[in-house]
Order: sequence, then C-alpha cells, then structure tokens
Amino acid sequence: MLEQIAKEIRKEIMITAYHGKSGHLASALSAVEIMTALYFGDVLKYDASNPNWSERDKLIVSKGHASLVLYCILNRIGYLTKEALYTFCQPGSVLGGEPKYGDVPGVEATTGSLGHGLSFAVGIAIANQLDQKDSRVYVLLGDGECQEGSVWEAALSAAHHALDNLTVILDRNQLQAMGDTEDILGLESLKEKWQGFGWDVTSVDGHDLNALVQTLQADRSSKKKGPRIILADTIKGKGISFMEQVPIWHYRMPNESELALVKAELGITEKELLA
Amino acid sequence: MRNTYLKELYAIAKEDKNVLSLVSDNGMIVYDEFRRELPEQYFNFGISEGHMVTAAAGMASCGKIPFAYTIGSFLAYRAYEFIRLDVCLQKLNVKIVGIGAGVTYGYLGPTHHSTEDIAVLRCIPNLTLLSPATPKETKRLVHFAYELNGPVYIRLGNNLPKELYQPEQEVVPGKISRLREGDDLAVFATGEIVYQVMEAAQLLHQQGIEAAVFSVHTLKPLNEMELLKLAKPFRLLCSVEEHSIIGGLGGLIAEALTANGCCKRLVRIGLRDCFAHGYGTPSQVLTTNQLDAAGIYAQILAEYK
Repeated sequence: MLEQIAKEIRKEIMITAYHGKSGHLASALSAVEIMTALYFGDVLKYDASNPNWSERDKLIVSKGHASLVLYCILNRIGYLTKEALYTFCQPGSVLGGEPKYGDVPGVEATTGSLGHGLSFAVGIAIANQLDQKDSRVYVLLGDGECQEGSVWEAALSAAHHALDNLTVILDRNQLQAMGDTEDILGLESLKEKWQGFGWDVTSVDGHDLNALVQTLQADRSSKKKGPRIILADTIKGKGISFMEQVPIWHYRMPNESELALVKAELGITEKELLA
Repeated sequence: MRNTYLKELYAIAKEDKNVLSLVSDNGMIVYDEFRRELPEQYFNFGISEGHMVTAAAGMASCGKIPFAYTIGSFLAYRAYEFIRLDVCLQKLNVKIVGIGAGVTYGYLGPTHHSTEDIAVLRCIPNLTLLSPATPKETKRLVHFAYELNGPVYIRLGNNLPKELYQPEQEVVPGKISRLREGDDLAVFATGEIVYQVMEAAQLLHQQGIEAAVFSVHTLKPLNEMELLKLAKPFRLLCSVEEHSIIGGLGGLIAEALTANGCCKRLVRIGLRDCFAHGYGTPSQVLTTNQLDAAGIYAQILAEYK
C-alpha cells in the first residue's frame, strides 16, 4: 500500500516538474519514502478536510527546493487540486520552486534559503509547549544544509529547551549541488555531532518504508526527553537510474531522450504526462 | 527609552500571555522584573540573533506575539536574512527591537553602532519602522506595535528621561510631531538626536533664526502628504539623524519630495558615508562627528547663510 503511494508520488513529481519545466527533481525523489511514511504511515497528525486544524502536527520542509514532493503529497491528501499542482512554477501559480507560507494550505513555513527551517520549528515547538499542545513539529532537513551555521544555533537551542515535541529527519543522500558533501565540506560524523549537541539520534534506511514507519511511530510514542533526529540514508534521484547519486541532476530537467527513459522507469504514460 | 520600552512591554505582557519577551543574552538588570514575574513569557536565546528572530517567527505562526530584543546592529545586519524571509516575507507578527540606536554604544565603536539600520531595513516589504525620540513617543509606539498585526522594527536609543512633548500633545503613530515652532527653516529628525536638534534650534534662536523642529517617529510607512504639507512654508529643509545620510531619514524625505515634484533644498545632516569616528560617551561620539547640538547648529547655520 505505502509502496504503491510512493510509486505514484514519484510519477507525480516528474509529471508536475514537466508541467513547470523546472524543479529540483533529484532532491525531491530522495525524500519520497520519508514523506510517504510521515503522511500516510499514521505518523503525522492532520485533518484532510481542514489544513488549519489547530491541533495538527506541522512539517517544515527546510530543504525547500524539495517542494515537488511536498506539493504532490498535499495534492494527494486534498489540500491542492491537480489543476493547481500542474501550475507549478508558472506565472500566476502559488506553487513556486520554494514553498511559501500563507499561499498554500499545508505549507507551514516559507523555506528556500537553507538553514532557516529548524529555527522556525524551534519557535513552533516552544509555542506548542506553552499552549500545552500534544502536537509535534517535524523538520525535513537536508544534509548539505547542515553546513549552515544557523542549523547548529537551532540545534543548541532545541536541546537547551528540551524540545521533545520536535523531530528532525535528515535526508542524508551524501550529495549537495556540486558533489559529495564529504569532498566539499565534510559533515561526518553526523551522528556524533548531533549527539554532542544533546539530541537523541537514530538511523534508518530512508527508502525502506516499513523501517521508516516503525522508526517514526516509535519516535512519536517515545517518552525520551529532548529533541530527536532520525538520520535517513537516502539516494539522491532515487527511482530514476541515471539520476541516482549523479550531482548534475541537482537542478536539471531531462531532455527528450532522457524523458523517454524516465517515463519507462517510472511507468508514466504519454496521457499522464500531458494531463 | 529602553526603560520606558521595558516598562510598557511588561505591562502589556502581564495582560496578554501570548506576548513573549525574547532576548539574545542581554538586559541583565533591566529585565529582572520581567524574568521574575513572567518567567514563562521570557526566553533568553543566547548569542544567536538570527536564530532568535526565526524562532520568533515560528512562535508568531502559532499566534504568539514575540518581542525579540537585542543590540540593533546585530539584528539589522547579522540577522538581516532572517528578518527578511522569516518575518517579513511571511508577514508574521514579530516585533524586532533594536537597542543602541546610532552611536549609543559610544565606547564600543562601529561594531555596535546602528548607523545604517534604517537604510537596510526600510526597503524590506511589510516591515513597519518606528524610531521614538522621547519617553512619550516610546510608550505610544510600543503599544502601537503590539496592536499592529504584522512585522515591526523598533529602533531604541538611550535612556533620556526629559520629555520634549507638551503635556497635552499626543503622539500619533503614522504622523509627524511638531516639537518646536519656527518660520525660517524646518528640521526633521528621528530618534534621540531630536534632543540635540532642539538645543541646536535654541542656538539658532540666539542668532535670530527660528527653526521648526519635527520628530519623524514613524519612518515607515512615511506620511508623505503630511511631510509635504509641513515642508511647504519653508525655503530650507534639514534632516538630522544618528545614521548615515545615505538611505536613512534624509534619503526617505528626499525620495518623498522629489516623487511629489517638490524641489526645495534639503540639507542632510548625519554620517557622511563613513563609520562614526572616535570613542567615548554617546555625546562625545556625537561631538566628534559634528552631530551634537553645536555641530548641528554650525552645519545648519552654514547652509542658512
């Protein structure tokens, strides 16, 4: 069931990007299972008929350039129509390459400039504590994003305030725009760094839906004090063979022959593509 | 002004538990009462200004009304992108409060001076910019900021207790206050340098020159029509600010005048594309930079003649 949803979201990401002639495909594909598990694996608490439900959990996509996966999920749960989804990145659309708060139901923060989302989430988590809400806040963080100093300011702050209503899922695909994170500005050991900052750290295969759901549900019911981070090992461009772990696909659209391959691999028909 | 601000914020927060006071490791003594009486509404974010601003935005997205307070230079410059994207782009109800306006931190020098903050902040959409000069202005504008649902920057100076307003005179947010009558020239000033301007006007008076003095406490949105009306009777206009003459009060007055076809002479008095020179008390630094009453007087006199 979840596998089927993930498969359909992958297709939808490509079709949406095709309509917009834009998008960070590989970054979105990297997080498909993480997002599927959150939204459809009985993890994130939300009301499909009311995006503003006051008791909802919130997800901040801090790596805002992965907006395609978020928009496709918001379409699937009914916050966005298909017609709206396919206006992605076009004049008059509310769906930009980076998600904008206030314009799109289900987008909980404007992101795009890296290193902002976690601080924003810290503010939400503190507000939820003050209001004695049971709601959680989740952050999808990029690994390259961890090169921003502000991420670590927020990490210190979340631990200091013992925010056990905050969970980060780190999309650890090892790549950033120009290449391997460890060649550009080494991040390892991420586990020790986050532990050293006072976070509870677990690791998971970021494409194994069963493992993701299990980990996220365990996190949700955990009584551990302080913030948690789940290091999810992922593959950038997952699902399209020639994009997987190839840096150039950070921000590039397939040409005609490449598109034919994508269609074949994801099972997209011509009719679906031109819908 | 800082004490007035804190007193008013405390009064507001006591009545509204959604009002939160955020600091970035400052206010040791001045915040004591707030910390003691309203500990759940007080957060010291440590030395991380950008994080504090964005966390404030997150809080505001949940209905809180955070007042994020620290040295203005660390907000306007260091936290600029966080103000721009997380507060202003999202139109969130965050009040950003910068202390140490102009050269208040005279002993510490340019690292702590807020002398370009108006210029860099006023071009950010959705941000209201308030710059009180006196306790009465501070009191009214803090309440105005609280009542306004949206991003506000409040530029605070030192603690000058003397009131320049007459007891019956009101501070009206969004308007310009006339603090001194005069027929010969008009001086528009913002923030605490208004005190120096009032003294300079007295020195001019001794020379038989009568300067009208206006406090522009609401820098954005600037009431352009009122500005034009106030400027109309005068052949010479001056702007005085504890700020660069580029992009600050002088800049915004010049823009308003030219955009409305007014070609009166405007003398912009402030820092002339330089960091403030010298160290010392705020008044000593003002003197070094020709921005004390005597320096302002001399500059106006030279132009008037």
